[in-house]
Amino acid sequence: MTATPAIPASFDEARPRGGLLAGLLSSDMPRSRALSFILIAIVLVLALTPFLFSGSQPLSTAAKICVFIVLVASYDLLLGYSGIVSFAHTMFFGIGGYGIAIGLEKLGADWGSAAIGLVAALCTSAILAIAIGLLSLRVRAIFFSMITLAVASAMAVLASQMSGITGGEDGLSFQLPYALRPAFRPFAEPVFGVMINGRIVAYYLLFFVAMGMFLLMLRIVNSPFGRVLQAIRENEFRAEALGYRVVAYRTAASVISALAATVAGALLALWLRYNGPDTTLSFAIMIDILLMVVIGGMGTMYGAIIGAALFVLAQSYLQVLMEAGSKALAGIPLLPNLIHPDRWLLWLGALFVISVYAFPGGIVGRLRQGKRN
Amino acid sequence: MSEPLLRLQDVHTHIGPYHILHGVTCDIPAGQLTMLLGRNGAGKTTTLRTIMGLWRASSGSIRFDGRDITRCSTPSVAQGGIAYVPESMAIFTDLTVRENIVLAARSGPVDSARLDWMLGLFPALKRFWNLPAGNLSGGQKQMLAIARAIAEPRRLLLVDEPTKGLAPVMVRSMIEAFRALKEAGETILLVEQNFYAASALGDNVLVMDDGRIVHSGAMSDLVADQALQQRLLGLSLDAHQ
Repeated sequence: MTATPAIPASFDEARPRGGLLAGLLSSDMPRSRALSFILIAIVLVLALTPFLFSGSQPLSTAAKICVFIVLVASYDLLLGYSGIVSFAHTMFFGIGGYGIAIGLEKLGADWGSAAIGLVAALCTSAILAIAIGLLSLRVRAIFFSMITLAVASAMAVLASQMSGITGGEDGLSFQLPYALRPAFRPFAEPVFGVMINGRIVAYYLLFFVAMGMFLLMLRIVNSPFGRVLQAIRENEFRAEALGYRVVAYRTAASVISALAATVAGALLALWLRYNGPDTTLSFAIMIDILLMVVIGGMGTMYGAIIGAALFVLAQSYLQVLMEAGSKALAGIPLLPNLIHPDRWLLWLGALFVISVYAFPGGIVGRLRQGKRN
Repeated sequence: MSEPLLRLQDVHTHIGPYHILHGVTCDIPAGQLTMLLGRNGAGKTTTLRTIMGLWRASSGSIRFDGRDITRCSTPSVAQGGIAYVPESMAIFTDLTVRENIVLAARSGPVDSARLDWMLGLFPALKRFWNLPAGNLSGGQKQMLAIARAIAEPRRLLLVDEPTKGLAPVMVRSMIEAFRALKEAGETILLVEQNFYAASALGDNVLVMDDGRIVHSGAMSDLVADQALQQRLLGLSLDAHQ
C-alpha cells in the first residue's frame, strides 16, 4: 500500500525543500536548465556591470533593468497571479518617483528626506490601491481596467497641473544624499581596476533593493496567500465557495503590487536624480510593462527578469545594432533602408509579435515546456 | 423527528428576467443523505447555488442550523460549514492535488487521520499528490472536488451530479465513497440524475419540477413504488438497473 503523504502544515511545506537556494527562491525553482543558466547569467552580469563595462550607458542600462525587474514582477503578481488587468501601475510607479523627488527637493538632500518621501509615497499608494480595489474590484474585469485607466490618466494630468509641488511638465531635478553623488569616493584606491564613486554605490543600492524586492515577491506568490490568488484567478466563484473573500484578497494583491511599483519608481528617481511625467507616469511605460510581462512569461515571476533584461537591452541597443547593420549592408538595395535606425520601433514591434507567436507562454513558459518535453 | 439542519421556506430565485425557483420548501435532516432528483432544468442546481449564496434568493428564507443565511455572502455560508461541489469538477487545475486540498483546509493543517480517511475513500489521488490537478482524468477530478469539500469537517455537503459523465467503474467508486461518507455521519444533499446511484445511496428524496419540490419522503418508499417513479420521474428503477 502506498504510504499516506506527509500532512502539509502550510503551502510552504507543501513544496519540496532543498537547502539555502531553494529557501531563497521559496522552493520555486526555475525548473529548466536553460532557464537557470539565463537567469544566473543576467543576475551575474547585473551584479558585475560596474566592473565589466566602462562608460555610463551600460551602467544606466543595467540600473534600468534592475528597476524594471521590480516593476514587471509587481505587475506579474497582479496580472499573472491574480488575473487583474490594471492600467494604473505606472501611477504607483510615478508616486514612488515623486515621493523621492519631492522629499529630496523640498526637504533637503539627505537620507531622512528620502525616507520621508518614500514612506509618504508608500502610504499614498496603499491608500489609493485600497480605494481603487474596494470600489472597483467588485465590477467586471473590463470595467475595473477602464476605471484604473481613468484614475491613472487623472493622476498624470494632476501631476502636470500641480507644478508648484511636482514641477509640472518639467518635472523635478534634485540632489542626492552625498553617499550617492558622483563626487563621493568611499575608497582611495581602485577596486578591481575601477574607482568606486557615488554612482556605483547608487547602482548597488538599486541592485540589492531590486533583488530583495524580487525575492520578496517570489515568496509572496509561493505563500498560502499566493495560492489563494491563483485559485481566484482560475475561478473566483470556486474560491468563494471555499470561503475566501475574493475582493479582500484581490485588494490585498493590488496593494502589494502597488507598493512594489512605488519602490521601483523611487529607485528610478534616485538613479536619474530627476522625476517627471514622462519618466514614470506615461502610458507608454504601461505598454512596455505589459510587453515585458508577456515576453518573459505571465505568472512565472522569473519572466520579469528575462522580459525586463531583453526589452531594456533592445530599447537601448537595437538602434546601435541597426545602425551598424545598415552601414554594413550599404551597397545592397532596400535592405539598409529597412534596418535604418529610425525604424527600430517597427522591428521591436515585429520582435514582439514573433515572440508572442513563438512563445505564447512567454520565454519562461517555453523553456519550462521544453524541459517537460 | 429531529430538527432539520437546513430548512428552505418558500424560496424564490430569479436569474435576470427568469423566475427559476417558484417557492422551494424542504428540510434537510442532519446525519442523512438526501437526494435531490428531477429532470433537466427543474431547478436543482439553482437550489444548491441559492443555498450557497452564489445566486441570491429573491424571497423566502434559508435557515442553516437555526441561523438565517438567506442574505449571507458565499464566503460566509462556506465559513458557516457548508461545502459545495459543483457539477463542473470545480478544481483548480493550475494547483497540485495537494495544494487543492490544503486550500480547502481554511482552518489550518489537515488532520492526519482525516487525510488518511479521505485518501482511503479516493486512493487514486495519492498517486497524483504533487502533480497539477489539471492532469487528472474526469473521474479523478471529481474525486478531488469531493475530497476538497471534506478536507476539513463540514456540517453539510452540497454535491451536484458527481457521477455525470463518468465511466461505470467510476460511478461505482463514487457510490462507495458516498456510502462511506454517509456511514461517517456526514449530512449530504446530493443532486443526481442517475436513479440507480440515487436509490443506492439516499435516505430521503426530494423531487423537483418546474422550480418546486413536488415530492418529499423516504428514498425506500420511492424505490418500492414504481408508479410513483413513473409519475415523478418518468422512469422505473427496473429500467435503470
